[in-house]
Amino acid sequence: MKVRVLVSLKPGVLDPQGRAVHHALEGLGFNEVRDVRIGRVIELDLADDADDEAIDRMCRQLLANLVIENYSFERLGGGESA
Amino acid sequence: MGFRAAVITFPGSNCDRDMAVAIEKVSGTAPLRLWHGDSELPDGLDLIALPGGFSYGDYLRSGAMAARSRIMQSVVRAADKGVPVLGVCNGFQVLTEAGLLPGALMRNAGQNFICRTVSLTVENNQSLFTGAYDAGEIVRIPVAHHDGNYFADDDTLDRLENEGRVALRYAEPCNGSRNDIAGILNRAGNVLGMMPHPERAIEPELGSSDGRRLFESAVGALIGA
Repeated sequence: MKVRVLVSLKPGVLDPQGRAVHHALEGLGFNEVRDVRIGRVIELDLADDADDEAIDRMCRQLLANLVIENYSFERLGGGESA
Repeated sequence: MGFRAAVITFPGSNCDRDMAVAIEKVSGTAPLRLWHGDSELPDGLDLIALPGGFSYGDYLRSGAMAARSRIMQSVVRAADKGVPVLGVCNGFQVLTEAGLLPGALMRNAGQNFICRTVSLTVENNQSLFTGAYDAGEIVRIPVAHHDGNYFADDDTLDRLENEGRVALRYAEPCNGSRNDIAGILNRAGNVLGMMPHPERAIEPELGSSDGRRLFESAVGALIGA
C-alpha cells in the first residue's frame, strides 16, 4: 500500500526558499504569482494492514517537525481492495 | 579530579575533533569519544557535547536523523537527570529536534550559508555555560551554518525571554532568527544550544579566544573551581 505524506510549512512561518522561487518566477515573466510555499512529499510503501494511527505517529515522531510544519497524508489507489 | 566529558560523533559530524580539543585544553582531560550507535553513556559525566557538522547529511531536516539515533535516547535521559549538555551548530539543531530545547532552526532567511565571525551579546551570564562572561558583554565567535534561523512561536519566545533563557543574541541581525537568538537554555539551565562555534575561538591565533570562557565556565562550575 502506498501512502503519500505531504509536509508543508505552517502559515506564518517564513519560507525563504519559496520567496526565492517566487522572485525567479517573476523574473521569467509569470507576474500572476501571488505567493510560493515549498513543502516536501514523502512516499511510503507500507504493509497493507498499516493503520492511519501508525502513519500519524510516523508523521508526528519524525516526518514532520510540528514546531514549523503541518502534515497530511493520503492512501494512493491500487493494492488495496475497495 | 578529572573532568569527565563526552563528545558524540554522528555520521557527518565534522567539528567533533575541534570540540574535543577545546574541552581538553580547558579541562586538562581528553573527553570520551562516543559514536551515534553507542547506546549507553557512562555514569558520572560532567558534560556531553554535541558537535557541529552535517549529521546524516542533513537528510529530512538538519539534526532530525541524529535526534532519533540510539545515543540520543541516552542523552535525553541524562539531560533530564541534570547532566550538562552543550550543542553547537548541528548539535543545537539536534537538541531542538530531540525536544530538549524548544523551537526549530530553519534555513537562513537570506538562503546563503553564512561563514564569518559575528558579534554576540551575552544576555545571561548566570548559567553554567556563561558564568565567566560579563552580562551584556559583546564577544566575537564564528558562525558557519545554512540552517541557523531560529524560530519559535510567540508564546515560546516570551517564555524564553522572561525566564532569562536567551543566553546569547546576535549583536546585529545574522540569519533571520527571531529576536536575533543565537543560543538558548532549557528551563533547568543544564542544556545550552547555540549556533556559533565557541570551540573555534579558543586561541588568539584562531582570531578570537572569546569562546574559551564558555568552556572555562562549564569546567569551573562543575569541578568547583
